[in-house]
Amino acid sequence: MSDHDHSAAAAHGHSHDDHGDHKPYGWKRWVYATNHKDIGTMYLIFACVMFFIGGSMALVIRLELFQPGLQFVDPAIFNEMTTVHALLMIFGAVMPAWTGLANWLIPMQVGAPDMALPRLNNFSFWILPFAFTLLISSLFVPGGGPAGGWTLYPPLVLQGGDSLPMAIFAIHMMGASSILGAINVIVTIMNMRAPGVGLLNMPLFVWTWLITAYLLIAVMPVLAGAVTMLLTDHFFGTSFFSAAGGGDPVMFQHIFWFFGHPEVYILILPAFGIVSEIIPTFARKPLFGYESMVYASASIAFLSFIVWAHHMFTVGMPLAGQMFFMLSTMLIAIPTGVKVFNWCATLWRGSLTFETPMLFSLAFLFLFTCGGFSGLMLAIVPADYQYHDTYFVVAHFHYVLVPGSIFTIMAAVYYWLPKWTGRMYDETLGKWHFWLSTIGVNVLFFPQHFLGLAGMPRRIPDYATQFADWNMVSSIGAFIFGFSQLLFVYVVVKAVRSGAKAPQRPWEGAHGLEWELPTPAPYHSWSDPPPRELIGKGASH
Amino acid sequence: MLNFAQPMADSGWHLLNMTKGVTELSAQMYKLHMLILWVCVGIGVIVYGAMIIALFKFRRSKGAKPDTKMVHSTNAEILWTAAPTIILIAMAIPAARVLIATEDTRNTEMTIKVTGYQWKWQYDYLDDGFNFFSTLSATSNEARQLQSGVDPRSVKNYLLDVDNEVVVPVDTKVRILLTAQDVIHAWWVPAFGMKKDAIPGFVNEMWFKVDADKPGTYRGQCVELCGRDHGFMPIVVRAVSKDEYKVWAAERKAALNPPAAPAEAAPVADPAAPTTAANNNAAATRG
Repeated sequence: MSDHDHSAAAAHGHSHDDHGDHKPYGWKRWVYATNHKDIGTMYLIFACVMFFIGGSMALVIRLELFQPGLQFVDPAIFNEMTTVHALLMIFGAVMPAWTGLANWLIPMQVGAPDMALPRLNNFSFWILPFAFTLLISSLFVPGGGPAGGWTLYPPLVLQGGDSLPMAIFAIHMMGASSILGAINVIVTIMNMRAPGVGLLNMPLFVWTWLITAYLLIAVMPVLAGAVTMLLTDHFFGTSFFSAAGGGDPVMFQHIFWFFGHPEVYILILPAFGIVSEIIPTFARKPLFGYESMVYASASIAFLSFIVWAHHMFTVGMPLAGQMFFMLSTMLIAIPTGVKVFNWCATLWRGSLTFETPMLFSLAFLFLFTCGGFSGLMLAIVPADYQYHDTYFVVAHFHYVLVPGSIFTIMAAVYYWLPKWTGRMYDETLGKWHFWLSTIGVNVLFFPQHFLGLAGMPRRIPDYATQFADWNMVSSIGAFIFGFSQLLFVYVVVKAVRSGAKAPQRPWEGAHGLEWELPTPAPYHSWSDPPPRELIGKGASH
Repeated sequence: MLNFAQPMADSGWHLLNMTKGVTELSAQMYKLHMLILWVCVGIGVIVYGAMIIALFKFRRSKGAKPDTKMVHSTNAEILWTAAPTIILIAMAIPAARVLIATEDTRNTEMTIKVTGYQWKWQYDYLDDGFNFFSTLSATSNEARQLQSGVDPRSVKNYLLDVDNEVVVPVDTKVRILLTAQDVIHAWWVPAFGMKKDAIPGFVNEMWFKVDADKPGTYRGQCVELCGRDHGFMPIVVRAVSKDEYKVWAAERKAALNPPAAPAEAAPVADPAAPTTAANNNAAATRG
C-alpha cells in the first residue's frame, strides 16, 4: 500500500513542478482563474460571505421576535429580511458551497486533472458576485427591497417597487450560473473519469452531485420562466398571474414549486454524498449498501418532480390532486429511510472515533432524521391544514437545511481541509464549534415546532403574547448559533495560516483517490491518470 | 392518546402541541396528528436507539474492531424498504378518510363569504344579507406600532382582537367562501381545524361545525404573507347558541340596513327575509 502511495505521490510531485510555473500570480490568478481548486476556493469563500450576510438578516428577524411588540424594525423591513435571508442562504450560501466542493473534489475523486470546462467554470463563478450585489443593493432602492417572500407569490410580489426587476434579474443570473456549473459537473463526470473509475465505482459525493446537476438543469429554467412572467406581468401588460386578465395567481405557485421542490433536493443531495464519505472513514468500515444508496438518491430525484403541490395544499386543489400529492410525497420517505438505515448500518460494528467532521456528520444523521419526521407529518394533508404556513413549517425546513445542508458543508470543510491546504485544523476548537452549533441550532429551531403547533403563523414580525416564551428561547438559540459561526472562520483561518502540517492521509480510515494525492493536493490534480491499483481500493469499497 | 393530552390542557400543554379544537374536523385532524406523531416517535425510538447503541458500543476507544465485510445485506434492505411502506399505507388510509371529510361541503346550513383585503377581512352573511369589515382592535393597533412604549402584555388579546367579531351559531354546518380583493390571504382559526387561501379572482370553499357544547370566542390570523401588515389582520369568531345567533343577526341587519329609507332599500336589501332554510337551498344551488 505504501509503495503505491509513495509512487503516486512522487509522480504527482513531479507533474506539480512542471505545471506549477504557469500558475498566474496576484489578482489575475483569481479573476482569470481556470483552475478547479482556485475556483472552488472562491466559491467557498463567496458562500461563507453570503452565509454571514444572510445570517445577520436572520439575527435581525430573531432580535425583533425576541419579545412581543415591535422594538427594532418596521414590519416592511422585517419582510425584506425574511425574503432576502432566504434568497441569500439558498442561492448565495448553500448552492455555491456545493459547487465549490464539487470543484475541489470531483476532479480529485474521479482521477481527472481539472474540471472539463475551465473557462465556463470561471464564468459561472464570476456571475455570482454581480448577481448578489444586485440583489443586496435592491434593499436600498425607492419602494424598499424585495418583501414578498422568497417564493415571490403574485400578486403580492408585483406590488414591489424598483427592487422587483433587480431581484428578478439577479435570479436570472444565479440561475445561469447554476446551469453552467451543472453542465460542467456532468461533462466532467461523464468524460473525465480516469480509466477504471466506473459509474458504480465512484464516490457517492460524485454520484449525488451528478444527480443534483441534472436536477439543476431541469428546474432552473423553470424558475427563470416563472420570474420572467412576473416581469412581463408587471411591465408589459401580460396577465399570466392576474385573474382580472384571465390569468391565475395559483399557476405561478405550481410553476414555482415545480422548480422549488427539486431545488430542495439540490440543497440536500450533495449532503447525502458528503455524509456517505465521512461516516465510513470514521467508522473504519466501507459504506453499507453502496448501490442502494445510488438508487435511493436517484429515486428521490425522480420523486422530487411529482410532489411539488404539497407546498400548496391550502390553495383549494381538487380532492384527487391533494390525494395524489399526499401519496407521492409519502413515498419519498421510503428511499430517504433506506439512506438513513444504510448510514446506521455503516456505524454498526464499526470502530468509531469522533473527530469534528464525524461529529457534524452524526449531528446531520440525528437532526436530518428529525426534519424527515416533521416532513412526513407535513405530507399528511388534513394535518397539514393545521401546520401549513405556521412555525412548524419553519422548524421543519430549517432542521433539514441547517443541520442538514450547512452542517454537512462544514463537515466537508473540516474533513478535506488538511488535503486542500496541507494543514490540520485545531481539533479542540473544532469540537467547541461543533457543540456550540449543535446546542444552538436545537435551542433555535426545536421550540419553533411548539410555536407552530400552538398556532403561530410564519412571516409575522410580532405575535400574540402566549407565544412569547418560546420565541425568546428560539432567539437565544439563534444568537448562540449565529455567533459560534465566527469560531468556524477563526478555526479555518488559523489552520490555513499556522496549522500543524498534515500527513498525506490525515484520517487513517479515509479511502478514495483524493487521499492518494500528496498533501497539500497539487495545483493540477491528476495530470497522469491514477494507477489502476489505487482505484480498486480507493474509489470503491 | 386523547386521554393523555386532555389533563395537560390546563398546564400549558396547548403551548406545546396542537389542540383538539372545537369542531368535528379539528378533532379528527388532532387525532390524525397524534397518530403520525406517535408513529414518528416509535420509528424515532428504533432508529435513534440503534444509532445511540452504535455510538456507545462500537467505539475504537473501547477496543471495537471494524467488521469490514459488513457491506451489504439483501434481507435487511428488503426489510427496511418493506416495513416503511406498510407503515405509510397504514397512515395513508386514515389520512385519506379525514381528507375526504374536509372536502365534503354538502348540506351546509349557512354561508359566509370572507374577503381578504390589505389588511382587514370583510364578512358577508349571504343568507341574512348584511356584511361588515373586521380590523385589528384599536388598543392592539396602538400597542403594535414601532416603539409604541405600550407593553403588549398589558393589552388584552394582543393582536388577536378585532373591532367586529364574526358570530356563528354552534352545531351548524357553516360554509365559508373565500376570496380576496388585492393579494392572496389565508383564513385560519386553529380551533376550527381548517385553513384555506383567499385568492383574488377565485372563490375557495371550506366548512366547519362548532360542537354544540363549545360556544366561545375563537381567534386566528391571516396565514399567507400579504404585505407589510400581514401580522395584523386577526380573525375573531364568536360561536353562540342558535337562538343567540338569530337575535344577533337581526340586530346586525337592522343596524346595517337602517329602516330609514325602506322604499329605496327594499329591492336591494330584500326585506322579504326568506327563511334561513330557503336561502340555504339557494346557496347550495349556487355552489
